[in-house]
Amino acid sequence: MIGFLQSIFGEFYGKMIFILLDATQYTIYLSLVAFIGGGLIGLVMTVLKILPNRATRIFATSYIWLFQSIPLLMLLFLIGLGVPSFFKVDVSPWLAAGISLTLFTSAYMSEVWRGALESVPNGQWEGARALGMTFRQTLLDVIAPQALRIATPPTVGFMVQVIKGTSMAYIIDFTDLMRWGKKIANSQVPGAEPFIVFPIVALIYFALCFPLSQWSKAMERKQALGKTR
Amino acid sequence: MIQSQAAPQQASDDIAVTLKGVNKWYGDFQVLRDINLTVQRGERIVICGPSGSGKSTLIRCINHLESHQEGTITVDGVTLSDKMKDVEKLRRDAGMVFQNFNLFPHLSVLDNCILPQRRVLKRSKAEAREVGMKFLTRVRIPEQADKFPGQLSGGQQQRVAIARALCMEPSLMLFDEPTSALDPEMVGEVLETMVELAGTGMTMLCVTHEMGFAREVADRVIFMDAWQIVEENTPDAFFDNPQNERTQNFLSQIL
Repeated sequence: MIGFLQSIFGEFYGKMIFILLDATQYTIYLSLVAFIGGGLIGLVMTVLKILPNRATRIFATSYIWLFQSIPLLMLLFLIGLGVPSFFKVDVSPWLAAGISLTLFTSAYMSEVWRGALESVPNGQWEGARALGMTFRQTLLDVIAPQALRIATPPTVGFMVQVIKGTSMAYIIDFTDLMRWGKKIANSQVPGAEPFIVFPIVALIYFALCFPLSQWSKAMERKQALGKTR
Repeated sequence: MIQSQAAPQQASDDIAVTLKGVNKWYGDFQVLRDINLTVQRGERIVICGPSGSGKSTLIRCINHLESHQEGTITVDGVTLSDKMKDVEKLRRDAGMVFQNFNLFPHLSVLDNCILPQRRVLKRSKAEAREVGMKFLTRVRIPEQADKFPGQLSGGQQQRVAIARALCMEPSLMLFDEPTSALDPEMVGEVLETMVELAGTGMTMLCVTHEMGFAREVADRVIFMDAWQIVEENTPDAFFDNPQNERTQNFLSQIL
């Protein structure tokens, strides 16, 4: 791979691009961790929030408020630097970045999903309940399938926010695309100035995010067509 | 009514629904006032009255889609309360048809009929399918079984909703303004289905403004105004010789 890149971009830039692409895999891994972890916790919070139970609703609401109101950067500092120094424990950048992004993602995802569930007309609940279906059956068989269609485009769209969000993890020494870009740009080597390196880094982020936002848009369009049927 | 209370044991089998001294509030605002009503098994009752008079609230209380604060509601011998565990059982005995159909748009017409049978009555797929087709045939749209609700006209959708409710084999059917959301030319086909249903001996409580239907089918017409029952009578007496001034006003406006 490095040879291929060097044959196109020359020895110096081929190597630079190889290092950046190699670092990009950690950006992708962290995004996946955030997305899967955040999705799972987000799902739990969504369910807790719509259950007909005051205690779970208050818990989920507080959780969502808390983690939506704290900047991601602050979460990274708190978990990556604050927790280790206060509790005298070792928290690896991987763990800190994974937890921070999971908390951040879950709070937003559950809001998106709750919104989707609530946008299903109340008549659907009444129709199902009047037939004798239980809360659980109604939620799983009637409400969720309709909410899923509504929620998919904004969910995929939010993945873009998560990917971009991972770039902040460089601040706690997480080794990803952003961190390597910054390292190279700081290297003082001629030809690796910030105005050359950062556009390349930006292009790689763009290549990750653009297809996702296009996909999200395409699904929205498809849905709009489906409605007129 | 007094007689049935005097001999509850003997009469309870013949009584589908009893409401006794029912009061309901939304916050400080009273929406049902001292409602007393006994519905015999097989009886067809039409509830009419100006909008906002509490008609819909009344029948929504009967299957506990809304809860009341005072009085008792008894359906098929089961008295409703907030602590009820088996409200689902009661709801499957009391089928309900809504103004806006409330069909499930992500499921085909036949699947709309199958899902509740599978989940609530635990029927096999084959049986649910068979029952579904039976009632779709009864409401005369078996050929639409594989379409989605959004592809049907309003009148067809409402007939599917009736078939879906009948699949649960309820002992009582509640209709909440079933034709109010329909274009005029589709009202007839839904009323026809309801008339046929009445012919099968089903106990029916219908909130409707269709006075022709009331005259043709109802055993009793109940007039509500300002959140209470103002007058109840046989259709002939109700339409030809209304007793209450408010009833007279209402009828003069809509007939």
